[in-house]
Amino acid sequence: MYKLFYHIGRYVLLVRGIFKTPEKFSIYYQLAIREAVSMTNGSLFIVVIISTFIGGVQTIQIAYQLETGLLPDSIIGSVVAATSILELAPTVLSFILAGRIGSNIASQIGTMRVTEQIDALEVMGINSKGYLLIPRIVAGMISFPVLITISAFLMVVGGMFAGQAGGEVTVTEFSQGMTEYYDGFQIVVMYIKAVIYGFLISSISAYQGFYTSGGALEVGEASTRAVVFSCLAMVVADYLVAELLL
Amino acid sequence: MAIEVQNLHKSFGDKHVLQGIDFTFHKGKINMIIGASGSGKSVMLKSIVGLMEPDEGKVIFDGVDFHHCDMTTKRELRKNIGMLFQGSALFDSMTVEQNVTFPLQMFTKNSVAENRDRVAFVLERVKLPGSEKLYPSELSGGMMKRVGIARAIAMNPNYLFVDEPNSGLDPLTAKVIDELIQELTYEYEMTTVVVSHDMNSVVNIGDNIMFLYKGKKEWEGDNKAILAITSGPLEEFVFVSDLIRRN
Repeated sequence: MYKLFYHIGRYVLLVRGIFKTPEKFSIYYQLAIREAVSMTNGSLFIVVIISTFIGGVQTIQIAYQLETGLLPDSIIGSVVAATSILELAPTVLSFILAGRIGSNIASQIGTMRVTEQIDALEVMGINSKGYLLIPRIVAGMISFPVLITISAFLMVVGGMFAGQAGGEVTVTEFSQGMTEYYDGFQIVVMYIKAVIYGFLISSISAYQGFYTSGGALEVGEASTRAVVFSCLAMVVADYLVAELLL
Repeated sequence: MAIEVQNLHKSFGDKHVLQGIDFTFHKGKINMIIGASGSGKSVMLKSIVGLMEPDEGKVIFDGVDFHHCDMTTKRELRKNIGMLFQGSALFDSMTVEQNVTFPLQMFTKNSVAENRDRVAFVLERVKLPGSEKLYPSELSGGMMKRVGIARAIAMNPNYLFVDEPNSGLDPLTAKVIDELIQELTYEYEMTTVVVSHDMNSVVNIGDNIMFLYKGKKEWEGDNKAILAITSGPLEEFVFVSDLIRRN
């Protein structure tokens, strides 16, 4: 328990420390944009594949559970859209992105730590916490909503076409269900989750990398911890958002 | 004009690594901290440049108490510090040019052309012209050290710190690096502090040498005096290799 509070305290201090003696805004801006583009482009392929298939599988499984015929097939569209927007696109996709982006951030910063690159920044008088964390956190908070938007869209589209292809539900029925039960607030919740997850994954992973000590083995361990703790923080945040907003 | 270290103490748990070190590093000279592994050399260097906070004592850079001054003064002072790390610590994701330009971009309002000229000048100075577009992974150990030196002197610092400049280098390349450090120190009148356990370096370029032994300053003198030592731990340290012979 003591260790948990120690890490939470150190994490809070790290995040607070990024705002001390900030460097030139233009440099942070360029770095953040570069990171955001890299995060988004690097994750796009996996997001497209996984989201499309998750959407398809959802439709088939929901159709299977509604086999009794008591409910109209159009309900499939509404359920797929709601679960995709509210939970699957933001949360499940973020678990995958924690593995892809979080481990990348932790290993990048961890390698910089063990090869004295962070010491080099500090000797130069650069706020290493700010320089390394701000662009990555900002990039996470930009690229996650973008990726999650793409993901939600593809889940719905994937579900729609899988339903049509398998004969479970037609595109018209699916669309009708989606529009009938549409609630714009779900989109708001999705973006709130996306921004929170982007912040959590990038900052927790950066924390793990920043305090790495040792060598290559420890960098690997930091990378693993980054994914595990990011996922744990995300489930807690997911519960809190659901409890507070829904 | 120098760096003064006064009563420096640093412990890690029960281990008292630095036990009240007093020393003056002179301007325009190569000041060397030597000692066996675990003697506290690196801890001392890190305490001087601010990578570690000493438990007690002062590090005074030309009248400025580094560990007790305000953030703005410290930041200004740091712009005058260049450091070459043991593993060079070049930024992997940047080219040689970007590495050397980095401090200039962060701390000056130079135009792109001015930065490019400065980079070309310092790379020429470390005898690596035309290497601007290479990445650190494409450089040899000696080249990495030279780029590290180029980055360290890009801001024209008053103080240059060098951690084990010859580790992992062949004797010939090590000599080239030593001579480069010496040349730059004399030319730019820098206060250079070199941590080393390479006796060839010590004998070749050490103007002002401190020998650390078990966390204490055991001896100080120059590269001529060190060869006249006849007893004690320093004698053992200096003459352990047959290559270094007594006068």
